[in-house]
Amino acid sequence: MSADTRGARRAQPEPDPAPGATDLVPDKKAKAARSDRARAEARLGWYLAGPAFVVMLAVTLYPILQAFYDSLFNYKLTAPDDRSFVGLGNYVVILTDPVWWRDFAVTFLIMVVSVVVELVLGFALALVMHRAIRRLRGLLRTAILVPYGIITVVSAFAWFYAFDITSGYVNSWFDWVPGVGPDLNWFAHQGTSLFVIIASEVWKTTPFISLLLLAGLAQVPGDLEEAAKVDGATAWQRFTRVIVPNMKAAIMVAVLFRALDAFRIFDNVFIMTNGANNTEVLSLLAYRTSIGQLQIGMGSAISVLLFLCVLGICFVAIKLFKVDLAGARGES
Amino acid sequence: MGSVLSTRARVWWAVITVVVLVGALFPVLSILMTSFKGPSEINSGTFLPPQWSTDNYEQILATGGSAQELFLSALRNSVGISLIATVIAVVLATLAAYAIARLNFPGKRLILTTALGVSIFPVVSIVTPLFNLWRNIGLYDTWPGLIIPYLSLTLPISIWTLAAFFRQIPWELEQAAQVDGATPWQAFRKVIVPLAAPGVFTTALIAFFIAWNDFIYGISLTSTSAARPVPAALAFFTGASYFEEPTGAISAAAVVVTIPVVILVVLFQRQIVSGLTQGAVKG
Repeated sequence: MSADTRGARRAQPEPDPAPGATDLVPDKKAKAARSDRARAEARLGWYLAGPAFVVMLAVTLYPILQAFYDSLFNYKLTAPDDRSFVGLGNYVVILTDPVWWRDFAVTFLIMVVSVVVELVLGFALALVMHRAIRRLRGLLRTAILVPYGIITVVSAFAWFYAFDITSGYVNSWFDWVPGVGPDLNWFAHQGTSLFVIIASEVWKTTPFISLLLLAGLAQVPGDLEEAAKVDGATAWQRFTRVIVPNMKAAIMVAVLFRALDAFRIFDNVFIMTNGANNTEVLSLLAYRTSIGQLQIGMGSAISVLLFLCVLGICFVAIKLFKVDLAGARGES
Repeated sequence: MGSVLSTRARVWWAVITVVVLVGALFPVLSILMTSFKGPSEINSGTFLPPQWSTDNYEQILATGGSAQELFLSALRNSVGISLIATVIAVVLATLAAYAIARLNFPGKRLILTTALGVSIFPVVSIVTPLFNLWRNIGLYDTWPGLIIPYLSLTLPISIWTLAAFFRQIPWELEQAAQVDGATPWQAFRKVIVPLAAPGVFTTALIAFFIAWNDFIYGISLTSTSAARPVPAALAFFTGASYFEEPTGAISAAAVVVTIPVVILVVLFQRQIVSGLTQGAVKG
């Protein structure tokens, strides 16, 4: 869609509440008609949007409230009759357990490393697509959409089998790299396991971030860049002084969305190590506690804490880094 | 950039294209190669299969294959559940997005903010209460038991994407058609539907990808082949015998479920890209 039609469409005025009514009818009547009409419009709006709204609340708000309620009890499905109220006891147990903090650190590390790597790679990819000629652009976009569309579990298996000591070929391909050799068992150590987990995560999600950045790049005024070029700015100066400041909003939104996504990482870790060798992440801890060990009370408390962590990240991003989610997401 | 590229620029672009293509496709190629390795060659430690074999595909697809029942039922579940969750989400989201784009009513922002909130919700936080509830009311290990939570994945993104799409529709065309003598229904069907359909289709595609990708709900809320979707089934594949690693069968199954993704991406890359960026950046 071309930019000019877009602009024209956006400029479309709000629907006139009562067309033709204002000129002929006295003011009072017009006001009444307008508010009647506004009320009818509001009613229609909620009739149309209401079902979606209710469904969204039903599938998230209700479960999280239930989780909070359950988290106040010592409640195991293996002994359902022994259910007892413990208040915030479960939270105390979790937050004083080194396992929670270890998993928190691992999750946080994965989040930070993968987002930083993805931002760099994604920017490179976005610049490449931005500058590429039309024909090439289609090819590149198709190629990078494959990782985007592929099932995360499939990506996890692909990377796992490539690195695995028995079925993989990475050890023989890269034995010239110091530390890599036929005996290196990637999934027997924390560092090497996390390396492959992050690699899979980065491969799968960089396309998304690069497409968001590409859309942001399209908004940088071309003449600004041109002017900088004329003034003798180097490519790097143009990038840091012109491009980045002009698409700050797009960058922030892309980073926040990916950070939240990476913080919830589960699939890659479950498939590759299932949390072995200190690679457990918070989502896996919650899953293991409630679904694996049927400790509903404790698992619910972890779920609530995880939810609070996500809220916390959002809060920090919005308050500290002034990410304008609504604005940047097209809400006017 | 000039329309005629210098030789140097051509070489650069060729190199860049190859690097991007290899980076994007290599892991897919890697598991494709693994899927053609026979049982004795799985541990060959080479990228290419020493000898090409279709054993793994027979295992999951041929009648009597050791994993055939498991894989095909998972495929049926995945396609069915993801499609239904997509259709429900897109229908609800179309109504909501129409209201958001065209009508002026209090609570517009609330709906969009809620959609945003739901889309950042950690899935694992919902799984525990649902697991308990579903077991009590008999939805555990059923299709509806997955379709309902899948809506938490597909609905918010559908609302965002469709609202952005609908904002760009020139709605005044509808009135123009009516002025020209079309009935309201004709105006809607002949003018608005063709304009809105691509956005709806693109949204459905993106929602389907997301539902198709789910893993946590899949492993937590199912226990048998009655409702277990493909990603969950892959994680629980077992080898032909107890001591045999299911590497080959998993790779073959992974390739089979990746083929539709590749086809959709090749056919609709333009639409998918516009849909993904539509909801994300003001445009």
